[in-house]
Amino acid sequence: MSGDTTNGLIGDRVTRTEDAEFVTGQAEYTDDIATSNAAHAAVLRSQHAHAKVHDIDTSAAEELDGVIAVYTAEDMEEAETSAPRKIPSMSTDYIQVEPELFRPVIASDRVHYQGEPLAIALAEDRYTANDAVDRIEVDYERLESVTDPEAAIEDDAPTLFEDYPNNIAYDWEFGDKDEVDEAFEDAEYVASASVDEQRLIPDPLEPRATVADYDSSSNELSIQMSTQTPHSDRHAIAGILRHPENKIHVQVPRVGGGFGAKIHNYDVESLVPWCARELERPVRWQATRSEIHQTSSHGRGLNLEGEAAFDEDGKLLGVRVDGLADLGGYVSSHVHMLTTVLCIEVINSQYELPKLYSRIRGALTNATCLDSYRGVHEVAAITFIERLMHESAKEIGMDPAELRRRNQIPADAFPYETVTGTVYDSGNYQQALEKTLDVLEYDELRERQEELREDGRYLGIGLSAYTHVSGVGPADVCKEYGIFKTHWESGRITVHQSGTVTAYCGTMDFGMGHQTSYAQIVADKLGIPIEDVEIIEGDTRHLNDGVGTHASRSLVVGGSALAESADDVIEKGRSIVAHQLEAPEEDIEFEDGEFWVKGAPERSMTIQEVGSQAHRAWDVPGEPGLEATTYYLPEQMAITSGVHAAVVEVDPDTGEVEFERYLSVDDAGNRINPQIVEGQLHGGIAQGISQALYEDVVYDDNGNMVTSTLQDYAMPKSFHVPEVETVELSTPAPDNPLGAKGVGETGPIAGNAAVLNAVVDALEPLGFDGSEVDTPLTPEKIWKGVNDQD
Amino acid sequence: MYPSEFDYERAETVDHALELLSGDPEAKIISGGHSLIPMMKSGLANPGTLVDIGEIDELTGIEWDDDTVSVGALTTYATIADDDELWDELPVLAEAAHEVGDIQVRNRGTIGGNVAHGDPASDLPAAVLAADATVVVQGPDGERRIDVDDFFLGMYATELGEDEILTGLEFPRSENATTTGAYVKKPSPSSGYALVGVAVSLEVDDGRIESARVAANGIMDHGVRLEPVEDGLVGESLDDVSFEDVAAVADEDLEEFMMMDDIQASAEFRAQLLKVYTEEALNDAVDRLDASLPTA
Repeated sequence: MSGDTTNGLIGDRVTRTEDAEFVTGQAEYTDDIATSNAAHAAVLRSQHAHAKVHDIDTSAAEELDGVIAVYTAEDMEEAETSAPRKIPSMSTDYIQVEPELFRPVIASDRVHYQGEPLAIALAEDRYTANDAVDRIEVDYERLESVTDPEAAIEDDAPTLFEDYPNNIAYDWEFGDKDEVDEAFEDAEYVASASVDEQRLIPDPLEPRATVADYDSSSNELSIQMSTQTPHSDRHAIAGILRHPENKIHVQVPRVGGGFGAKIHNYDVESLVPWCARELERPVRWQATRSEIHQTSSHGRGLNLEGEAAFDEDGKLLGVRVDGLADLGGYVSSHVHMLTTVLCIEVINSQYELPKLYSRIRGALTNATCLDSYRGVHEVAAITFIERLMHESAKEIGMDPAELRRRNQIPADAFPYETVTGTVYDSGNYQQALEKTLDVLEYDELRERQEELREDGRYLGIGLSAYTHVSGVGPADVCKEYGIFKTHWESGRITVHQSGTVTAYCGTMDFGMGHQTSYAQIVADKLGIPIEDVEIIEGDTRHLNDGVGTHASRSLVVGGSALAESADDVIEKGRSIVAHQLEAPEEDIEFEDGEFWVKGAPERSMTIQEVGSQAHRAWDVPGEPGLEATTYYLPEQMAITSGVHAAVVEVDPDTGEVEFERYLSVDDAGNRINPQIVEGQLHGGIAQGISQALYEDVVYDDNGNMVTSTLQDYAMPKSFHVPEVETVELSTPAPDNPLGAKGVGETGPIAGNAAVLNAVVDALEPLGFDGSEVDTPLTPEKIWKGVNDQD
Repeated sequence: MYPSEFDYERAETVDHALELLSGDPEAKIISGGHSLIPMMKSGLANPGTLVDIGEIDELTGIEWDDDTVSVGALTTYATIADDDELWDELPVLAEAAHEVGDIQVRNRGTIGGNVAHGDPASDLPAAVLAADATVVVQGPDGERRIDVDDFFLGMYATELGEDEILTGLEFPRSENATTTGAYVKKPSPSSGYALVGVAVSLEVDDGRIESARVAANGIMDHGVRLEPVEDGLVGESLDDVSFEDVAAVADEDLEEFMMMDDIQASAEFRAQLLKVYTEEALNDAVDRLDASLPTA
């Protein structure tokens, strides 16, 4: 079946059905779970960024009233239960990560970043646990630290791991350098750009949290946690704790945001179940905001610089790019893939790029580990190419919209294999660009920009044309990338005897509205009221396996699994109806919740009646019950695309940037719920704007995090973000049954470059150097860029 | 996030509060808690006892008499920012209170707590300096009245003694001239505190500036008067004076090496913002002369 709708729910702007509990404060998060007899955990974290640890004295902590136990790495080695292993990183053919570089669950004799766990204290209440941590004495030998990746790979830099004297964890190349250099020799125009990407903190409102309990008689470890990937966590914790995977139950209460930071396995999420197993009592932990800032993986932190070569008509001949990733103290689970193959696979964005050479290195630094954050390192790739197109247009003397137009992949070229081997499934890039220019009234806007400049006012127009890989698959791509678990998804639909439906999916909602959009798919397909569909996620007992929510995949892959399960339910229903109405199966029609015999519409059964019959099972042709499970594996990636435009005015006296307009023109294929799609865009764009102008992780010279609280770390507020106008375009994805493309991550991917290009464009007459932009472009940097020119 | 253990006492009267304060050298006064509690959570303050004066009714409210307006220490930012008479007669104070934090903060935080805390990046120090306040404090030896120009000493340091309680502020009312004023700031994108905030209070008679008090937050380690700006204003006719020129000397008496300089903004940039925002505050103050009640 295709994505045809039967009752019109697919594509409808259904108001989110899950919101009542969130807006009334009724939603239960991990830390709201009531436990009796629980031990409260608090973690001693390294105060230094780089140090040898000679001794940890926990005796004063243990003496405190109400303290149950204090464990260090040494204690865990000596304990009855097996000590936790390190957190593994993905294994790939193209980058080997030695176990030495894996992140430990608990540090023993050396720490590589401020905040690394050294001990865990368990007490009868949370305050006592924290007081206990304060009483632990650590004998550190401080070592020189380095948090800047450029400095880390210098010869005189302090070394994190003896086997990696230059702190380079990997040095990865793609493409034929000589061939690309030749293209540059033939070029009419060459332009350069660099993106010095700051680190960002994925900062969900709900910090990480875990509650674990252990039943020694069954050896069952029950874990409740705030995560995006419950099944992957079950598998990972089984490995880290050496506990049977089928004896671990992960259950996820409501999750207050994740942004990619609740995918990875972390230290405390394994330490808490370890302590529960050791103590044989419930253990609970809730991170503080500063713990999140210091220890949840950071995002971005990839510097890209390079050049583009063009012929006399402004057609791209080749791109060279050099990258350096700021990995932090260890190599986190996915970072080596994200900063290399997953970055360059969209580095040509919407353009026909014949040749590419790239080299990307990963530098170990005395900072928090780097990993995924909404948009991952596609943000760096799109920011780089879109900044490069803007700078190139200046170099060529061509309007930046025109330069993009000349290089876009034509609409009749799909499927299109790019220079990196990525297959673009579908799109219409010309339509997105022309629509953007049309809505902006681009030519008039450029005229107004000229007029305002005469009055000493500086308007800037920034364009950002993007592509984004959603719904990652197929299996051979996942194998090539080295992804632990190929990105299939499971979805199960059960029609109950009463005719109501429960649908289960292996994804995990943390704000995106799965309850609504999945229910729309299931209810539409089965032709039943949306109120009759319950969506269940986040429980490894309810659904055997799943992959989880990340990489703009839930709707595309999870939604497709549910769509196919719905089709299977209908097929099973058809066989029951055929049997009971004594007609051939091929004569049974189904639409809008009703089966009937072709040519005899009075001979009919509703799907609810079929459900009832299937459970009663007095007279069904096959197995009782009406249920189907699908493991959906994409054959092709669904490439989302679009053009974003920012129009800003910059005050050169204060460096302040004011938005006049933000336009988001996006092709997300078929939109199951356009309102939810727009909500995703708004939130993502806020994060793109924030990367361009506000957020920045700052370390001091000793590797102390200066931005460990929200007093100092500039999370965007509502008043920092302009009204976003959205325009819907659609070329349905050909591979998945919904024709959908993922949109969760497109906001930051497109937004950062749109804003940066707009600011640079505004300041062009003031001599601001746009080729090297140091983000975030704070008012001070803008003011200095205008006023302190050499 | 988890403050150290402390005792808590609720004071019934100012005298009771003074007695409780004298009972523990590590005691701290608390009312709205919007300055102290964040410091306790981050470990920057570890009081042994919190003496809660939040329910001493006599310390709340705004009172007018012929030549002064008195604002009780426990008066919230919201009360001040919502007071039409203050917007009319002491707009610099009303506007600064309106600029503090967000609605939740303004509903809890108090003028007395703010001024006593002496945070250089807060909004009220410049406003009370511009408004020529008298700070009223009670101590074991009775009441002291401190000229606001002598009150702010440094970062979180004021003339208020360890054993004293700030009970209120008094502001002079202008007899003949028309008073106007304004407070503008460049907020930090993370905390909302002032990277630079400028408060202006002008007395204008017949188009001439009779007196001017201009002060700034965020630029030095405590709120400061900008005397070169004041000197450039007094005696000038509104029609002739160039606020751009006057504001250009805003940082003239301030030592750049003493200026606030951190990840939020360098000293050099703060000095630049000081000039821009001084000009803006002066323009706003004059615009307000002609306007009816401004919108809060």
